[in-house]
Amino acid sequence: MSEDILLIVIKVAVLIVILLTVVAYTVYVERRIMARMQSRIGPNRVGPFGLLQPLADILKLIFKEDLTPAGADKVTYFLAPALAAITGLAAFAVIPFGNTIDLFGIKVNLFIADINVGLLYLFAMSSLAVYGIVLAGWSSNNKYSLLGGVRSSAQMISYELPLGLALVSVVLAAGSLSLGDIVKAQANLWFIVQQPLSFVIYFICAIAETNRAPFDLPEAETELIAGYHTEYSSLKWALFFLAEYMAVITVSATAVTIFFGGWQGPFLPGWLWFVIKLSGFIFFFTWMRATLPRLRFDQLMRLGWKVLLPLAALNLVVIAGLVAAMGG
Amino acid sequence: MLSDYLPILIMLVAASAIGIGGAVISWVAGPKQPSANKAMAYESGMIPVGTARIRFPVKFYLVAMLFIIFDVEIVFFYPWAVVYKQLHLFGFVEMLVFIGVFAVGYIYIWKKGALDWK
Repeated sequence: MSEDILLIVIKVAVLIVILLTVVAYTVYVERRIMARMQSRIGPNRVGPFGLLQPLADILKLIFKEDLTPAGADKVTYFLAPALAAITGLAAFAVIPFGNTIDLFGIKVNLFIADINVGLLYLFAMSSLAVYGIVLAGWSSNNKYSLLGGVRSSAQMISYELPLGLALVSVVLAAGSLSLGDIVKAQANLWFIVQQPLSFVIYFICAIAETNRAPFDLPEAETELIAGYHTEYSSLKWALFFLAEYMAVITVSATAVTIFFGGWQGPFLPGWLWFVIKLSGFIFFFTWMRATLPRLRFDQLMRLGWKVLLPLAALNLVVIAGLVAAMGG
Repeated sequence: MLSDYLPILIMLVAASAIGIGGAVISWVAGPKQPSANKAMAYESGMIPVGTARIRFPVKFYLVAMLFIIFDVEIVFFYPWAVVYKQLHLFGFVEMLVFIGVFAVGYIYIWKKGALDWK
């Protein structure tokens, strides 16, 4: 269980580099797929098939002017994007993305930490992500940013309730909050088969938590310009993008871990199964963005409070009853 | 036990380096030619009127309060769910009572109209 500090540091460094690369190419893949779905071509000029586009974008953003609007709260304005990116990256620490592998004779666990409150840690990090957005909206000294930030916080906390309830029913069946144990509990049967409704509720809430279409109200460009990051430029703006796509990757990875058996699968190595399942989810996110229209804010709040919350509570009662009936 | 959290601390440090580093790099590397127009808040080309620290609907505060109430109740479910298989029928009945209390509060705020977004 306990590993060398050196090994942990190397693992963290490698994971962060991989995550940053994955985020950069998720943006690229999303642009390409969206373009195909909308009968366009998408970025294809920089490198073969436009594969160097993310690199070009990042370099361009580094050398852009870093603007701070007049009247902004300077410290908060500076820290908000950093906070968003930190919580986004740190959340991934508890996701198990593969089986233990042998690397040059050293046993390497393919997770950063398997703590016994892993699921609560994920929750905590996704809740802290609200701070980055609401502080950015407030400190920008822009009315649209403020409204975007406040809307976003209302949306995220509203959908956290059914999300939490949907996951309680999984904890119930697995008997543990550790993500490693939850993966092991699915060795014979994935939880998606056992509890399809929990998954549907979880996934709808997860989309709302990440502020993605059709729940992308905080950045509804027709009414709020760009929402909370209207005033941001250069790499600070990119940090919000990093946070958003990290959130997409983390909720997808959580869905894979909790409902789709994690890294488990036949024939192929564990980490490859994890990547395949994760890619499926990321494609699905893109597909929805290209397909579904945005909800109105009152519809969003009604769906969260009046449909999903009671449904999640009912689902929990039924699952608990079934587990008790089967001799639990 | 506590050493389980060491990797998380390292992860947090590394993530902070990326977050704060990213914010600093563009400040160092980018050009700096400030002007009054650039510093003006962008409101689709309109010149901003008044402060941006405006009053916003009190509904948002209400959502925050409801969230606190229900979130605390949901947090109580977690320890119960972890040991559920050892509690058998007792755990199930206990939970039904708790959900009942939860439901009474929920129906009350629904009837009061706190869940309507107007």
